[in-house]
Amino acid sequence: MEKRLKHYFPVFALPTLLAFLAAFLIPFLLGMYLSFTEFTTVIDAKWIGLSNYFKAFGSKEFLNALWFTGKFTVVSVITINLCAFTLAMLLTRGLRGSNLFRTIFFMPNLIGGIVLGYIWQLIINGVLFKFGVTLTYDPKYGFWGLVILMNWQLIGYMMIIYVAGIQNVPPELIEAAKIDGAGPLRVLRHVIIPMVMPTITICLFLTISNSFKLFDQNLALTAGAPSKKTAMLALDIYNTFYGKVGWEGVGQAKAVIFFVLVAVIAFAQLIITRSKEVES
Amino acid sequence: MKGSKLGNYLLSFILLILAIAFLAPIFIVFMNSFKGKFFISENPFVLPNSDTFVSFSNYVSGITKTGFIQAFGWSLFITVSSVLVIALFTSMTAWYITRVKSKFTKVVYYLLAFSMIVPFQMVMFTMTKVANIAHLDNPFGIIIIYLGFAAGLSVFLFAGFIKSIPIELEEAAGIDGCNPIQTFFLIVFPILKPTAITVAILNTMWIWNDYLLPYLLIGSEYKTIPIAIQYLQGGYGSIDMGAMMAMLVLAIIPIIVFYFTCQKYIVKGIVAGAVKG
Repeated sequence: MEKRLKHYFPVFALPTLLAFLAAFLIPFLLGMYLSFTEFTTVIDAKWIGLSNYFKAFGSKEFLNALWFTGKFTVVSVITINLCAFTLAMLLTRGLRGSNLFRTIFFMPNLIGGIVLGYIWQLIINGVLFKFGVTLTYDPKYGFWGLVILMNWQLIGYMMIIYVAGIQNVPPELIEAAKIDGAGPLRVLRHVIIPMVMPTITICLFLTISNSFKLFDQNLALTAGAPSKKTAMLALDIYNTFYGKVGWEGVGQAKAVIFFVLVAVIAFAQLIITRSKEVES
Repeated sequence: MKGSKLGNYLLSFILLILAIAFLAPIFIVFMNSFKGKFFISENPFVLPNSDTFVSFSNYVSGITKTGFIQAFGWSLFITVSSVLVIALFTSMTAWYITRVKSKFTKVVYYLLAFSMIVPFQMVMFTMTKVANIAHLDNPFGIIIIYLGFAAGLSVFLFAGFIKSIPIELEEAAGIDGCNPIQTFFLIVFPILKPTAITVAILNTMWIWNDYLLPYLLIGSEYKTIPIAIQYLQGGYGSIDMGAMMAMLVLAIIPIIVFYFTCQKYIVKGIVAGAVKG
């Protein structure tokens, strides 16, 4: 069987692998290389060592984007997961209409980032207008605008995953804890939370990586205004590539740094998930 | 864990308020899409009245300005064909690299898994160049690019499921005279259907809403819906808020229709994708 299948490599594996090569593998390796060169059209690349990286870390915009992205990620991860978990707890009590509520809370997640950005631009500008300012007047408006947008988009998504986790907690366990005299808070703290810990890990990392890599919403809501102070990492990299002639190498170096940060987050998740699996 | 009756009513009431708050943004956009463009930004929270109501004229101007009908067509074409191509080819690849055990297939598997953690910005510029050289910068070529980007998660999801299928089933088919292509399409693929639905849903939502990739590859000639909307923002100074509101409504409608027709699959698929990815 295996031997016969082997001859069918061109049918089964080749199309996907060629596409993978063109879309990902070649661009990835080429990107790594180009981050050490100066270029505008790829063929004119000149090796310049680490100087793109020095320029990247010397750029005020990049450092600001790094700080803004970090701050944004921390705030949205905490708010989204607290709200989503609370909602999931409320919606697993067998209340009437729970399914309808779940459907509604989840819906914003399906709307694309560009559309989301313009929806919230309208609403936040509408509120700020009463105070005589706009979204792009002060970076803090853009920051909180993005946090609100991200909450609206991701709370329902995380809630659905938490609901699945909470429904997997054996009811006997909760009954037993109650018979032993545990109140609702102690049941939550000592039974439910430990039991849904794997789900919490998944949700934390999903929100971290979604927030960290945000682009469309950022572009549509503020496009970095005022003066690039609300540009996150992905948008800053985009602006460096396509907004500044001669800075393509620096853009690629920033992209490599961005990749390394995302990879560190992903590996942290892998290690934490693995060690949990060993424990249980 | 039933609380008191009064408590439950109170809770339902709070949830109802929250649900209304969750839906409000969409309703506000809808309401403003019927107001004249100068009456939107400053007071988006009031219903249109006889002075501000403009009927469907925002829709007309929005559709003409952005070429929304064509954009809808391209979005639909690119999404549907990419998803079909992805579901077909990645399931075949997943079966191959799970059943043929060699160093090569192992390396391929790890490379595919690795691609899942690489952010798009890392390959954005170079991918565009490669696609230009390989003439993939058109609505047909972009399907191949999407196949390449989707390969990681899709092969990973399929392979996870294929490992649980007893190999005896396939061997029996082989003994009965099926060649691998017949075995795959007659035996394996039907079993993979639940995973194929998950893969299809996840990729549909990604490709339908994707902005940057199609913008870089084909955006100057072919607009998808997100590109058409971003185009309204364009470099022409002030933005036509009326047209924008109408386009946002038109962009949201297909998503809501899709959601309510395949809600069960969407929720299941997304949970499966999140938990395994």
